[in-house]
Amino acid sequence: MTSGSPLQISGAALRRGDRELWSGLDLDVAPGEFIAVLGPSGSGKTTLLRAILGLERLSSGSIRALGNEVRRAGNRRIGYVPQQRPLPPETSLRGRDLVGLGVDGHRFGLPFPRRGDRERVRELVRAVGAEGFADRPVGELSGGEQQRLRVGQALADDPGLLLCDEPLTSLDLANQQAVVRLIDQHRARSGAAVVFVTHDINPVLEHVDRILYIAHGRFMLGAPDEVLNSRVLSDLYDAPVYVLRAGGRLVVVGAPDADDAHHHHHDEEPE
Amino acid sequence: MNWADVGTALFGGVADYGEILALVWNSVIAGAVLGLVGGLIGVFVMQRDMAFAVHGISELSFAGAAAALLIGVDVVTGSIVGSLIAAGLIGVLGARARDRNSIIGVLMPFGLGLGILFLSLYNGRSANRFSLLTGQIVSVQTGQLGWLIALSAVALLALLLIWRPLRFDSLDPQSAAARGVPTTAVSLVFMLLLGLVVAVAVHIIGALLVMALLVTPAAAAMRVASGPVAVPVLAAAFGFVSAVGGILLAVAGTLPVSPYITTISFVIYLVCRIIGARRGRVTRTA
Repeated sequence: MTSGSPLQISGAALRRGDRELWSGLDLDVAPGEFIAVLGPSGSGKTTLLRAILGLERLSSGSIRALGNEVRRAGNRRIGYVPQQRPLPPETSLRGRDLVGLGVDGHRFGLPFPRRGDRERVRELVRAVGAEGFADRPVGELSGGEQQRLRVGQALADDPGLLLCDEPLTSLDLANQQAVVRLIDQHRARSGAAVVFVTHDINPVLEHVDRILYIAHGRFMLGAPDEVLNSRVLSDLYDAPVYVLRAGGRLVVVGAPDADDAHHHHHDEEPE
Repeated sequence: MNWADVGTALFGGVADYGEILALVWNSVIAGAVLGLVGGLIGVFVMQRDMAFAVHGISELSFAGAAAALLIGVDVVTGSIVGSLIAAGLIGVLGARARDRNSIIGVLMPFGLGLGILFLSLYNGRSANRFSLLTGQIVSVQTGQLGWLIALSAVALLALLLIWRPLRFDSLDPQSAAARGVPTTAVSLVFMLLLGLVVAVAVHIIGALLVMALLVTPAAAAMRVASGPVAVPVLAAAFGFVSAVGGILLAVAGTLPVSPYITTISFVIYLVCRIIGARRGRVTRTA
């Protein structure tokens, strides 16, 4: 396991055209730390993850991931769990093949399996509790089953840093809990840090150490209680925002454009 | 046309089958390699939702070949140039599916129109004209056949070398990029290979019928299989059977090759659809 900080962001700024998504971002993540990233859509949460992966260039500042300056596009030592997207029913892939993409999907050369690949896929399938549906075509699997497999794929190289981009969207409560449990298990077992982008804090609230809340080009970083309160969010949004507690759940009321966070905006995607 | 004519058209060559076969043997080899690589690349054409792009590339490939015919340079080279220009344009301008379809919709009639213009200006052997649109492998000269075989073989090898990253990028481009797959380069190489294979297919089966070898076999395979090995192996086998079977049947008579190839590949698809539908019903009721 890497000693030292799995993720250090200093003085980071990102501009899109003439719009500044955020600037002056400093974040030092400790091993085993669980960070949730919140904020309305278009606030640059996904872009932040893409910058950590080297898929997006910062306008200024620097990022060190797992001890190395981020320079090249993509990083196999970082685990990445994307949002659930429906796969067409004809996709020629079984459950275990989706996990297998994490093991050998990056390798060029004649596609002969290496020794140990099958066993590694089997381990990963077992680790995410997917034995029951690993041999069915992915197009037939439920969103929750697909997300478990995507977590398995992300864990292929035993990452010291896990980046999750809205992995719970369109999952039911039981599946949300199952996916969060898998991610937290990996964190607890390997000491990996987790950066978790989400529009709903509740499924991860009990695991979260710190929250990064981005809105309107500004951000707030701190423990859940320090960030998720009416005063801080009203200040961040420059508008009256109320954080309510009901039955152990947090509800943010009045945050402008926070509601359409359910529709993930795909204009931030690469081609 | 009476039954005797039909008999001659279908089986007129049976008496001399051995001799005819010896004459067209290189065509059979070209068909075999194209069938294999067409089936394999078809798997990615399906996964990347690019059937329409195949059609667009083939029309520009036809225009390139027709231009070559007109100015008296090598026709195979002309079709490759046309193909690569189309594949490059679609690859660079049409990265997103919606942009892609509109760009292809614009390119395709333009390419076809250009091709028809070049052909009408050309006053050489008229057999050449039609063969570009509907294919006549047996009329391709031996030197060019060697080229077609070599091109298909190169495309086949290159496709195998980028197989896994290409598959990752086709199925899950975001995760592939996150894991360091050079997705832009992989996509461009794929378009290049697709252009080459389409150019070869234009000469063997004709610009209008390219999809019978580049789309139908893979679509059929996906109806009956879902494994990462089963689908490409079946698709390659279906492409091989369609191309080789079509040529072998055609040389027994006087009819052109293309209808045999398109019919065989269509029948295979039909059978696979029925098998797939039956199996689907069984698993759903089980």
